[in-house]
Amino acid sequence: MRLSIYRYNPDVDAKPYMQDYDIELEPTDRMLLDALVRLKSVDDTFSFRRSCREGVCGSDAMNINGKNGLACITKIADLKEPVVIRPLPGMPVIRDLIVDMSQFFKQYHSVTPYVVNDTPRPETERLQSPEDREELNGLYECILCACCSTSCPSFWWNPDKFVGPAGLLQAYRFLADTRDQATNDRLDNLEDPYRLFRCHSIMNCVDVCPKGLNPTKAIGKIKDLLVKRTV
Amino acid sequence: MAITTRQFDAVVVGAGGSGLRAALQLAEANLRVAVLSKVFPTRSHTVAAQGGVSASLGNEEPDNWHWHMYDTVKGSDYLGDQDAIEFMCRKASEAVIELEHYGMPFDRLDNGKIYQRPFGGHTSNYGERAVKRACAAADRTGHAMLHTLYQRNVRAKTQFFVEWMALDLVRNQAGDVLGVVAMEMETGEVAILHAKATLLATGGAGRIYAASTNAFINTGDGLGMAARAGIPLEDMEFWQFHPTGVAGAGVLITEGVRGEGGFLLNKNGERFMERYAPTVKDLASRDVVSRAMATEIKEGRGAGKEADHILLKLDHLGADVIDKRLPGIREIAKKFANVDPAKDPIPVVPTCHYQMGGVPTNMHGQALAGHSGGAIVKGLYAAGECACVSVHGANRLGTNSLLDLLVFGKAAGEQVVKDLKADAIAHQDLPKDAADRALARLARLDSAKSGESVHEVGAELRRTMQLHCGVFRFPDSLAEGVRKIHEVAQRAGSLYFKDKSKVFNTARVEALELENLVEVAVSTMVSAHARQESRGAHDRSDFPNRDDANWMKHTFWYKEGNRLEYRPVNLKPLTVESFEPKARVY
Repeated sequence: MRLSIYRYNPDVDAKPYMQDYDIELEPTDRMLLDALVRLKSVDDTFSFRRSCREGVCGSDAMNINGKNGLACITKIADLKEPVVIRPLPGMPVIRDLIVDMSQFFKQYHSVTPYVVNDTPRPETERLQSPEDREELNGLYECILCACCSTSCPSFWWNPDKFVGPAGLLQAYRFLADTRDQATNDRLDNLEDPYRLFRCHSIMNCVDVCPKGLNPTKAIGKIKDLLVKRTV
Repeated sequence: MAITTRQFDAVVVGAGGSGLRAALQLAEANLRVAVLSKVFPTRSHTVAAQGGVSASLGNEEPDNWHWHMYDTVKGSDYLGDQDAIEFMCRKASEAVIELEHYGMPFDRLDNGKIYQRPFGGHTSNYGERAVKRACAAADRTGHAMLHTLYQRNVRAKTQFFVEWMALDLVRNQAGDVLGVVAMEMETGEVAILHAKATLLATGGAGRIYAASTNAFINTGDGLGMAARAGIPLEDMEFWQFHPTGVAGAGVLITEGVRGEGGFLLNKNGERFMERYAPTVKDLASRDVVSRAMATEIKEGRGAGKEADHILLKLDHLGADVIDKRLPGIREIAKKFANVDPAKDPIPVVPTCHYQMGGVPTNMHGQALAGHSGGAIVKGLYAAGECACVSVHGANRLGTNSLLDLLVFGKAAGEQVVKDLKADAIAHQDLPKDAADRALARLARLDSAKSGESVHEVGAELRRTMQLHCGVFRFPDSLAEGVRKIHEVAQRAGSLYFKDKSKVFNTARVEALELENLVEVAVSTMVSAHARQESRGAHDRSDFPNRDDANWMKHTFWYKEGNRLEYRPVNLKPLTVESFEPKARVY
């Protein structure tokens, strides 16, 4: 299998470069991650993140043939060779495919990502109807891999000011939770020309989400809530 | 060599479920706590748990903690300590309700309460029939739980050291633990995190097997650290083989599939579990189901061209139920098995999944110094899969792992808070050689000019465990396994990798992880070779029966001298009558 991989180690390289590899696969190698692990056994200087290898931990997000995705659930058979692999776009590169995600997590942390409910805790669970619970589907499944935010031109331009699709999806996850009581604070926190309104519905986020989630739709719902609040 | 030292009240190693639950307790008590994790917290392996967390809420049908306790004792094949099991089952409802209050997105019943489904080995009225006890968020319960716990820690302003790897425990002359030596992966810098309390929450080490449901990061780092610091490892021969890993890929398919009504078929289309467990059939406990599957395959009734797997059928549930209750499974089956389970069965095989053994602790999370007397290691705590309390004994029930990490994560956190308040202690002085062992390991790896490949030695370790210490264990093969695993350990003493960079050197991390895997693998093989009976997940062809007269005891493996000792099982619960050992029928 032919791979062309972005390489950069600040310890030894003056600047980044693309390195070509031709690697021998085993019949059991099905996903791109299998190929990368095999490559690492040949060249141990190649660095990337990985953990669960089943698409649920969000570690191995990268740019694969121009599109963001998770290596562990990207089938080798579906890829055109040479497969060009780069780190997630728009993020500072630490080394090879490993990027600095601080800004991404800072935005996630900025949306008060937890249920706020200051009423005394009842002895049993807080009740929620199945219909109300269903509102959380398509939101809570986010794995924080950053495929969406790092494919978003608005996030590339203003990663410090625009919350980005992942953060906004989570912002709506808590707005949509009937157990949460901080709706007004949450909307105040987002009513801003940058934090929310930099989203121009380009929908790259929807296109790349490896979990099939739809941040654009969630962002639209936040905008609806803001409109409703003013009338 | 001078290295940076930072002081905290407590250091938690690992940010999976138990680490986060413990950290929450510490942060909310306003202690200065540092939580170290090799990965961003929500990437910890708790995220991959699927089916549910057990609690006898009785939301769907009558249930109580006595039945849960009985099921857990029986599931453990009577090797679990009954005081700890009572403690866990009594605390279960409170732990799950608390999590719901934190915002956990549990599925709901029409009356608004938490949805519960049946799971293997969970029964009503002491084994009468399957009971709905597993509280679930679709088939993403672990993901929902891990994110909820992380979110709650964001609220508590817990301090995280993300992408830091702990290398070794710091112990003084008296044997007290004073923190850890750790490495920041991004810079390669080493520091001592000096603490009054150190809590291991490093999870399991399922990566000692070639076929495993476990993530790459599950390398038993806490166990390696403990073993090197002279702390024994308990019951390491007991590894759970989950009945349904995707054949070839190893990826987990939750028992929740069978909880929702799916079942297993051999190549003749026979629902063979009816023969092995007439009452609960496919919902017998995991050791029983895995052994039945392995027997079917061994006797030539496996499915597929190579007759090497079993079929998990769930299409009869209908696409609606599958999409509502098991959406992640449909996704996994399509990706990793090329089948749509709404139409065709999923090819599955028993796959290494969970480590029942670990760092011995009492039910307050305090690490035990040895096999006798109950003396603790001052300053050291452990919780979750890396700890052995022991609530799972020789076989864990499905959904009890998520419960374990909630209950004992919290209990350990509470104990740390109590110990630090009671003693109002200052930090003890660090010994001069605090970081020496860790630095020597790093120096050896960095200066190596040639040696063994991390990849090849790791592969040999996993092959050896898979071949010699699997679902069925044979005397000659175990003896050969002991010889081979010591050989692997020897080779792991002279690892070499090309990458000498400081910056995010994952080759170095993998070498350090392999050293930890070696401790786990050796302790497993040696403990398994010595246990001359069949109990739970440990099945020996030469001793096919459970031997309560001689083996109702926990194994303690000491790295020094590769020595084994034993401690009797605690059959006395806290407040109720003992469950006396009897034949296990499902």
